[in-house]
Amino acid sequence: MKLKIKPATRRSFVTYAIVTAAFIAVEVAASLGRTSNMFIGLLIPFCVYSIAAVSLNLTVGILGELSLGQAGFMCIGAYSSAIFSCMTKDTITNALVRFPMALLVGGAFAAIFGVLIGIPVLRLRGDYLAIVTLAFGEIIKNVFAALYVGKDSRGLHFSLTSSGDLGLEPGGKMIINGALGISGIPKDSTFEIGFVVLMLTLVIIYNFINSRTGRAVMSIRDNRIAAESIGLNITKYKLITFGLTAFLAGIAGALFSHNLAILQASKFDYNLSILILVFVVLGGIGSVRGSVIAAVVLTYLPEVLRSINSYRMLIYSIVLIVMMIFTSNAKIRGFFAGNLMKLKAMFGKQTAAKEGE
Amino acid sequence: MGFLDNLINGISLGSIYAVIALGYTLVYGIAKMLNFAHGDVIMVGGYVIFTMMTTLHVNPYLSILISMAACTLLGITIEKIAYKPLRQATSLSVLITAIGVSYFLQNMALLIFGEKPVTFTSVINLPKITLFDGQIIIKSETTAAIIVSVLIVVGLSLFVNKTRSGRAMLAVSEDKDAAQLMGINVNRTISLTFAIGSGLAAVAGALLCSTYPVLSNTTGAMPGIKAFVAAVFGGIGSIPGAMIGGLLIGIIEILGRAYISPQLADAIVFAVLIIVLMVKPTGILGKKVSEKV
Amino acid sequence: MALLEVKKLGISFGGLRAVDDFSISINKGELYGLIGPNGAGKTTIFNLLTGVYKPTDGSITLDGVNLTGRSTIEINKAGIARTFQNIRLFSNLSVLDNVKAALTNRYTYSTVTGIFRLPKYFSAEKAMNEEAMKLLSVFELDGEADTIAANLPYGKQRKLEIARALATSPKLLLLDEPAAGMNPNETAELMNTIRQVRDDFDMTVLLIEHDMSLVSGICERLSVLNFGQLLCEGKTAEVLSNPEVITAYLGE
Repeated sequence: MKLKIKPATRRSFVTYAIVTAAFIAVEVAASLGRTSNMFIGLLIPFCVYSIAAVSLNLTVGILGELSLGQAGFMCIGAYSSAIFSCMTKDTITNALVRFPMALLVGGAFAAIFGVLIGIPVLRLRGDYLAIVTLAFGEIIKNVFAALYVGKDSRGLHFSLTSSGDLGLEPGGKMIINGALGISGIPKDSTFEIGFVVLMLTLVIIYNFINSRTGRAVMSIRDNRIAAESIGLNITKYKLITFGLTAFLAGIAGALFSHNLAILQASKFDYNLSILILVFVVLGGIGSVRGSVIAAVVLTYLPEVLRSINSYRMLIYSIVLIVMMIFTSNAKIRGFFAGNLMKLKAMFGKQTAAKEGE
Repeated sequence: MGFLDNLINGISLGSIYAVIALGYTLVYGIAKMLNFAHGDVIMVGGYVIFTMMTTLHVNPYLSILISMAACTLLGITIEKIAYKPLRQATSLSVLITAIGVSYFLQNMALLIFGEKPVTFTSVINLPKITLFDGQIIIKSETTAAIIVSVLIVVGLSLFVNKTRSGRAMLAVSEDKDAAQLMGINVNRTISLTFAIGSGLAAVAGALLCSTYPVLSNTTGAMPGIKAFVAAVFGGIGSIPGAMIGGLLIGIIEILGRAYISPQLADAIVFAVLIIVLMVKPTGILGKKVSEKV
Repeated sequence: MALLEVKKLGISFGGLRAVDDFSISINKGELYGLIGPNGAGKTTIFNLLTGVYKPTDGSITLDGVNLTGRSTIEINKAGIARTFQNIRLFSNLSVLDNVKAALTNRYTYSTVTGIFRLPKYFSAEKAMNEEAMKLLSVFELDGEADTIAANLPYGKQRKLEIARALATSPKLLLLDEPAAGMNPNETAELMNTIRQVRDDFDMTVLLIEHDMSLVSGICERLSVLNFGQLLCEGKTAEVLSNPEVITAYLGE
């Protein structure tokens, strides 16, 4: 009897296989000393951006809503996990215990904010939702850039104006120093952990899509009115998706911050949100595998092109415009599809002729 | 600085936002697209004026006119090359394309003018106004920004409501297909909209760079986004809405900076936008749209 | 007691009285038709019955439960499901998933169970698959379970919409012009399917239709709507021979 594998299951396992194979290849190359320092430095960013992109794909591709706030959730995850690590690094000395906890802290805080933000904004749609999520991302960035947190024997102190305002006791410790950010975060991120987290993210997302909840979310995307008519609670499913997106973005942020000497909020501006949205769009909206590939390729390419530094962003912008025109224009798409069919037909004839011989 | 000074500065910045927001609102109302590159056209306009005045020693007012012509041409070109092929595409594809255009303009400026910001010489040559024995001084840039923005709002309202081309714009914004059936040249109307919007961006560039005389390749980005916020705030597609939205955003930003926290001024602006949209999802003067079942 | 009891239902849009003083009473197991010229307000009544619009006056009671002013979701849970005049499928989902989406509220497991594939996920999914395939086979769509809904031919899309509505296990099924765009053969087949649905699922059906062969072929009773008001009601044959109805359709 032939074993029947569902297409969705096959798709997910191919992705797991590709990511695992890439991981093994990198590990082997690294142990043979065949990797450049630049490449080694990119390994954790690959994981961070892949996780951020696949999680945004959940909102953009599966829920069908435009979000430009991904950087904001990464920012929350980065900061909350960094604070957690800075506060516990003396008590929990084993990084393999502490870091998973930090990742969860980052994800949880981002998810809480995701749901809190989602409740009011998810009734907006399209460009309005885009601008409001962008606004939220900027608010989060600005608040963290203005935030001062210190710790002394009396506990935690917060201020939005200056470090002096904290009134720390002598011997108290600064944790967040306003726009200067957080320093002294333990460098717990490794490529191996990044890989494991990415794999877990992929499993979560694929399983989510192929579950009862995922189906409901995609129904809402395809036809909101019909989804209501079969009794689906639109707000609930939107919030679950938005919350899960924020959770995973928070984890990506945590992975990111534990790879930095100094964490500053200015890194999480709307350009980062746009960058991640571009990964999702160029990787193919709704395609999980595409998001990972696009995130890795588009993180790697600009670094390789550093030799032509001044032109690389220009080229990047042109590629973006051309790609959009090519993939969105029915005529151009039809032209290519038509020629492809002709080619196939030609080759088809040849093989048919051969078989006839 | 007293409250009145801050208020005047807010009105000044708000008037500039209003001029940018008018361009945004026109384009959004008619082409139904979030033109992310609009802010960067402002930057281009600023650089054109800078080159004309500083390098070529052209008269300031002539420089503004040249800059307006250049930006108008740029706007039409961007629309033809990048946006026109995407008329039937999803709003996401259009947004990404606009972001691409924005990056293109920023990096082109970076290549030509370099990374270092340049100091902009004010194009405005008016006397400053002194009130209450010098207690309040209204800078010439402020006076210019207010006068120019009011003139533009009045002019644009008259144009849209009284002229044939203006009414064609209204028709296209209501229903593109129906307008086409009524014999309106939709492509030409959209092109005209981009021309006007970009011309206004050049004016905004002159005002912005005269008031805040530092010009770099990202000068237009944040003001562009805030002006879009202003347009949404006032109700997208509405000309008076853009003016009201622009002024409010400018005033909130300056007062927030002065009385709450300089670092949090932008956050306050964005928070106000969110609150407005929660209460009235189509902005202050926006129309309600409902979906047919 | 009637299954659906609608009393003096009315709605105004601005100054326009779209539906006025509309009452209807449908018994369990009935095949009931709602007819009337274009623009008479038939779809508006469906939208009122399913909570898309909130009525300005009147009441809606299903099986003794007052549904007036409830949301679409609550009304579906209370037992009314519908199809749409312009087909509204989940066009990027497979035929099977379209039906399984409608089973969401009947076979539950939490999102976390789904993400971690806990045992309940497998049992619930298995039950959903079986139920969905059973429904699809009634409409002879089981062979196309993996087809993307948008790629189905028109007639089958209409059937899938009915299957999806039935998956929520309603007490009352509303069909909005089910035969629109079908040829006479397809319409004849659809009539058999609707009858079969009534018999096999013990269903009550209220349908809007312009195709008089379908209306006279399967509907037991009719209500005629004109300018938002009830023109007449009664047994199908009587209503269709009523001169007032003929005038409303053909004009003076």
